[in-house]
Amino acid sequence: MSLQMVRPGGVAPLLKAEHVSLEFGAVRATHDVSFDVYQGDRFVLLGPSGCGKSSLLKAAAGFIRPASGSISINGAPVTGPGPDRIVVFQEFDQLPPWKSVKENVMFPLLTAQRLPRREAEARARHWIAKVGLSGFEDAYPHTLSGGMKQRVAIARALAMQPQVLLMDEPFAALDALTRRNMQEELGRLWEELRFTLLFVTHSIEEALVVGNRILLLSPHPGRVRAELNSHQFGLDSAGSAEFQAASQRIHQLLFESPAAPAHAAPMHAASPYVAAAHPAPTPEAWSAAR
Amino acid sequence: MSLILDPPIRQEFEHALSAPPAAAASRARPASSLPQRAWRQAWLRKTVILFLLAAVWEVAARWTANDLLLPGFWQTAQAFAGGIASGELLERTGASLAVLLQGYAVGVLAAFALTALAASTQLGRDLLATLTAMFNPLPAIALLPLALLWFGLGRASLIFVIVHAVLWPLALGAYSGFQSVPETLRMAGRNYGLGGLRLVLHILVPAALPSILSGLKIGWAFAWRTLIAAELVFGTTSGKGGLGWYIFQNRNELYTDKVFAGLAAVILIGLLVENTIFRPLERLTVHRWGMQR
Repeated sequence: MSLQMVRPGGVAPLLKAEHVSLEFGAVRATHDVSFDVYQGDRFVLLGPSGCGKSSLLKAAAGFIRPASGSISINGAPVTGPGPDRIVVFQEFDQLPPWKSVKENVMFPLLTAQRLPRREAEARARHWIAKVGLSGFEDAYPHTLSGGMKQRVAIARALAMQPQVLLMDEPFAALDALTRRNMQEELGRLWEELRFTLLFVTHSIEEALVVGNRILLLSPHPGRVRAELNSHQFGLDSAGSAEFQAASQRIHQLLFESPAAPAHAAPMHAASPYVAAAHPAPTPEAWSAAR
Repeated sequence: MSLILDPPIRQEFEHALSAPPAAAASRARPASSLPQRAWRQAWLRKTVILFLLAAVWEVAARWTANDLLLPGFWQTAQAFAGGIASGELLERTGASLAVLLQGYAVGVLAAFALTALAASTQLGRDLLATLTAMFNPLPAIALLPLALLWFGLGRASLIFVIVHAVLWPLALGAYSGFQSVPETLRMAGRNYGLGGLRLVLHILVPAALPSILSGLKIGWAFAWRTLIAAELVFGTTSGKGGLGWYIFQNRNELYTDKVFAGLAAVILIGLLVENTIFRPLERLTVHRWGMQR
């Protein structure tokens, strides 16, 4: 198998993060992170806790303002939250409990897009069916299982047809069987709709399965460690040797001490997946830069 | 030589799943006797409690045998019926309720204005925190002399103290409800471009409804207490007195059974409001949404 290693020429990225540093008080969450998300990408931010991946997603959503650097959508800088970037959160309480499934999906259509009620209802029914919840339109969230609640959140997000769908560890609070199911379904929905997805996870397997491109972040503060391709993997390839190797490599990139890059370097050269690898600075270099 | 394995290795098996049994409802619940079913009715249980209390009261009254100190349940019921029949009790209750509802409505509106302000601006938050810290511990009745000075001997003074009694606990309850709204829910709301008052109305108010409802209930109770106390302490403040005045007057004339009838009217209205307004409201909202048990 040979891969074409071309930068998409002529096509401008849909979402562009340039030298983004995020700070919470005196704590630096991410340092100088840049990445490009193209139309139709399933772009995954992957890293251990403390690498600022969720914060980066919230910055893209407009909830956090970068201390320096910028994030733009179609060239327009992100200045605040907006319905062109809908977030699916990890927490189940993202669904207002006082709204039924149907009302939950209709809610942003009515408030943000100001659709007429009838049209919003038709669209809501369509998307509820798409995520396999037909028959539960009038159920209240507290009567649903965790997986069903996340399906509602996904239906609600997709119904808005956002420019970018932002998912913040959407399946992390689900049990392993349901999680696998949801990953499969997300893949199916993407095959059909080709939306643009920015997906945050701390699971290497999930990143490989869900994403077509993975941004690896190192913690404290979050810095770009590598950007890899993973479009060749799906749930069916989860057991394959190639998958195991990719997973192994990501593990090494994330947890191997940056002081010993000699060991990791040949892997980069040999690997077909690496498009750009930024070796993280050594601790000494880092404190000097600060 | 035989090897005994512990735990034993057992045969594997697979089953083709049979169709699930029809809906659980079709399976008849074990028949329960009439008393058992009746006991499941909350209103019946509560009525039984009320009857028991009335019986204890009646026994205590018979044992004391002093109508001036403790008239019995039956005597009070007669005085109550008499008060209703003569129209006096109804008139006094009506007068009290009219003042009460006006004060309550103004207090609720003021509380919502204050909490909406607090939910959307930093200055509003500081204002609410300072004002509630100052005025919530201040008994409304202590303001009545001042109110009489400002607004004269009339309805306005009563409404002023009722507003004071309702406003602070309700504002405090509603605001603490707003503060405990999950961050994710707020972010979801902001994600759809909601902000300021729209975020308050679409997200914060319904999400804080359990706290708001309990604030409304507390406010209602405080309003009653304040009104009755105001009428008791200062007698009639306007031409026609309310229930407090009725109690006060009858105590002066040693009609203790009528005093009890007046108190019973306050209690009955409390029960009525709880069971016909607040309870159904909770059932329709926070219980149905699973926000409260």
